[in-house]
Amino acid sequence: MAKALIDFVSSRFPGAVLDSHSQHGDDTVVVDPKVWLAVHQALRDDPVADMQMLVDLTAVDFPRHLPRFEVVTHLVSLRLGHRLRVKSRVGDTSGDNAVIDSLSALWASANWAERECFDTMGVTFAGHPDLRRILLYPEFEGHPLRKDYPAELTQPLVPYREVENIGKLPPFGPHEGMSFGRQTHHLTRVADTAKD
Amino acid sequence: MGRLSGDSTKTVAIEPSEAGFATTRLEPMLHWAQKYSLFMYPFVTACCGMEFMSVTGPRFDFSRFGSEAPRFSPRQADLLWIVGTISQRQAPVLRRIYEQMAEPKWVLAFGTCASSGGFYDNYATVAGIDKIIPCDVYVPGCPPRPEAVLDGLMLLQDKIQRGDRQPGIIKPRLDPATNPNLGLVQLRRASRP
Repeated sequence: MAKALIDFVSSRFPGAVLDSHSQHGDDTVVVDPKVWLAVHQALRDDPVADMQMLVDLTAVDFPRHLPRFEVVTHLVSLRLGHRLRVKSRVGDTSGDNAVIDSLSALWASANWAERECFDTMGVTFAGHPDLRRILLYPEFEGHPLRKDYPAELTQPLVPYREVENIGKLPPFGPHEGMSFGRQTHHLTRVADTAKD
Repeated sequence: MGRLSGDSTKTVAIEPSEAGFATTRLEPMLHWAQKYSLFMYPFVTACCGMEFMSVTGPRFDFSRFGSEAPRFSPRQADLLWIVGTISQRQAPVLRRIYEQMAEPKWVLAFGTCASSGGFYDNYATVAGIDKIIPCDVYVPGCPPRPEAVLDGLMLLQDKIQRGDRQPGIIKPRLDPATNPNLGLVQLRRASRP
């Protein structure tokens, strides 16, 4: 039913829609990052779409693809009852140049969602009024939800106590605490840019 | 059970004599007074706080152990309850609260997140508060049963009486999964067609 939304976007922005699909009741449209703000503005303002609500804004890391990050927004129209997922791809292999327009001028909920996306993935939002970390502390270096951030790397704010065998303090015996190992998948950067 | 001493937990603090005088030694008397008047600082951050509330409620009453008064200022408290997950961002706050408490002070780690990081093994969680502050009793559980918490409190009281600063851990008394005598209903699996 919301296939009409995909047609609406395609007709208003010819050539900027790179992909679209409709599966399991969800409609998705993948657009060029240059029209990111314009597409969202049209979806919000046009009475055919009337997407008053930005449900979520996040990013997905595909380290073996180029561009690397896929910024995803979910939009809902409360009056017309349809939903749309809008995606766009930014970023190069090392995660730099992941810049996309900010939607905080259109929806207030985009403000913190973009800050979280910046904090955890490192996607920069141009035009955001206050782009800084929201979940982590300013001393934290790196963006931990990227797939090449080592999973076991912690950056403690308080230096750990100087106690011998701090990993397993008494009275924890060998079978207490987290004695099982963790499966960490260390992703190495793949030189080729072929899509999987 | 935790490291309860082999002797009885009761310590005779005052010994009556024939002449009508009672004698005691200062240290057991002091420890007796300390253990039965612990002012707690509930440093509650996460879901274990719900279980903490039920421990302070009327069913698993806290106050009957003397530890009635929560004091939300570290200056006025002597037992620091770390209830819930401590994130790396919260760690300096916890360290400062601990440092602001006056001696003598004790620390009780409530729940697995405070004891060892719990099921969190990531960049954001401190894997056990003993990496930051010394801890006296660990009560694991996710969340621990209120009875286990009371076990922990009693263990701590015993340690205070003996002047023992070696950390102790509460183990479950009876594991329902292995004990068929608990009277639990054994469900039979329906045979598959």
